[in-house]
Amino acid sequence: MSVLLSAVEFLHNEPVRVALIVGGGAALVCAVVGVATVMQRQSFAGHALADVSSAGGSAAYLLGLNPLLGFLGLAAAAAGVMEWSEIREARERDLLTGVVLGAGLGLAALLLYFASTVHSASGAAVAVLFGSMFTIPAAVVPLALAVALTALTVSALVHRPLLVSALSVDLARAQGIRVRAVSLAHALALALAVSLAAMTVGAILSTALLIGPAAAALRVARRPAAAVALAAAIGLGATWGGIYLAYESFYWTPGRGWPVSFFIVALVFAAYLTAGALAVRWPRRAVGLPSGCEAH
Amino acid sequence: MSRSPALSVEGACVALGARLVLRDVTFALEPGEFCALIGSNGSGKTTLLRAILGFVPLAAGEIRLEGAAGAPDPIGYVPQKLALDPALPLRARDVVALGLDGARLGISWPSKARNAEVDRMLRAVGAEGFAEQRIGLLSGGQQQRVLVAHALVRRPRLLLLDEPLANLDVRSTAEIVALLRRLSREYGAAVLLSAHDMNPLLSAMDRIVYLANGAAVAGRPEEVVRTEVLSSLYGYHVDVVRVHGRVVVVAAEAGEQIHEAVARDPVHTASVP
Ligand SMILES: Nc1ncnc2c1ncn2[C@@H]1O[C@H](COP(=O)(O)OP(=O)(O)O)[C@@H](O)[C@H]1O
Ligand SMILES: [Mg+2]
Repeated sequence: MSVLLSAVEFLHNEPVRVALIVGGGAALVCAVVGVATVMQRQSFAGHALADVSSAGGSAAYLLGLNPLLGFLGLAAAAAGVMEWSEIREARERDLLTGVVLGAGLGLAALLLYFASTVHSASGAAVAVLFGSMFTIPAAVVPLALAVALTALTVSALVHRPLLVSALSVDLARAQGIRVRAVSLAHALALALAVSLAAMTVGAILSTALLIGPAAAALRVARRPAAAVALAAAIGLGATWGGIYLAYESFYWTPGRGWPVSFFIVALVFAAYLTAGALAVRWPRRAVGLPSGCEAH
Repeated sequence: MSRSPALSVEGACVALGARLVLRDVTFALEPGEFCALIGSNGSGKTTLLRAILGFVPLAAGEIRLEGAAGAPDPIGYVPQKLALDPALPLRARDVVALGLDGARLGISWPSKARNAEVDRMLRAVGAEGFAEQRIGLLSGGQQQRVLVAHALVRRPRLLLLDEPLANLDVRSTAEIVALLRRLSREYGAAVLLSAHDMNPLLSAMDRIVYLANGAAVAGRPEEVVRTEVLSSLYGYHVDVVRVHGRVVVVAAEAGEQIHEAVARDPVHTASVP
């Protein structure tokens, strides 16, 4: 009875409803885009985009703008720079990514300092870096949904060409796939996903939402569609579960709830460990070894 | 009236950086012909295949594909040394399906016709036994079969394979050669297959393109693999020698060098046709 009552109360709470909608959208988009990102071996680039986007989020706080616009602007700009540089060699790409990441965080440090001294917005740093799920203004919802829809559409459009590119870029080109255009489209979807994640679980933790569910799903799924579906389920489950636990935590330590982002990241991590254990238990299902080999 | 060639290469020159890697390459392939592209490491085999695919521009000359008037027929391609990630969630059958419609935008919906086509192709290359397994976990020979199916599933007029026999054991090599030979006949696709060792191919090939010095001689094996022809291509005297049932091409200089040429560069060996 009391559980039911608390569930009803939970869903009637306005900040909770905004969190469920925007957080759920972010988790779904991150899962779908994340699978492609892990398969393209661009996890580090995804993390860097998130860190750079924190400068945009900070600027938005300083100027009193919609935070999503801030995150989005800088993530998209950084994705553009990294795609424009046309560096295909892994080592050099990593170096450039690292440098861009550092510059972005440095800028964020400056802007957050101004935000806390000039505007005495002391919560800005925590909100930008570690998320602000329960303080997302309801006015952000339409823009967040539009961003999510765009990212999902772009991701679905380039799904197959991107798979061929993950197999081999030369194979893709021989098939008439415009590899540059496809990669640019994926970078755009990545920037959109990252900005949603940054606004909900925070710029620093957005990697967990982007890479975690995808990596867990790829440990057990054998087909691309299964990987995407499983990643989406893990991302959504962790996000909604995390929101619920954070809400409940107000009762554990009265007057002082625990941060949502902590619960979400913890649930994602648990899913990753579970997937690893399952992959060990069912090696044949997970990776498709020929029958008869699993005993060794 | 003879059909137009599936591929014709005329006076092709390719420069990479400051180097002229291919100076003057001329040959043509008929539909359904099985052709070996032979040359030692660094002779420009990969470069020539990439030029045919349009990945690198020609500095001079011309490359024409059958049907180039309208939309050019697709080329099937199996790249050299693909390191396939074992973590990719792609089964052998998914790879073949991507050969069919991987360039299309949007996600794919289940289709009976598509599955049937993929099954047919998997059977044609003898891959039905490992169709459900991840591509990155298959052996080299199994991966080659799947990649051949990926390349052939759209029925291209021309199939390019870059060193598909490298890293295969003797048995897999013979099996893949026999398979490609059979498929080129069945599908009417011209096959151009690069290798640094012509030995496993001599009994299968209709034609050979021999690359050295940035130039090529092309023709039937018995016309090309001859002392006079290859000496003139290399620009110095080489001997085509038959040893223990193999043909070996050696530089006719100091005995020490001959030995080194044979041992170090595995190379220009071939069984007597
Ligand atoms: N990007 C490049 N710039 C300059 N030279 C290159 C480049 N790529 C390859 N080469 C040179 O071109 C020659 C032919 O290479 P390649 O076509 O790969 O030979 P093969 O496939 O026969 O081993 C080699 O000597 C190689 O060093
Ligand atoms: Mg090569």
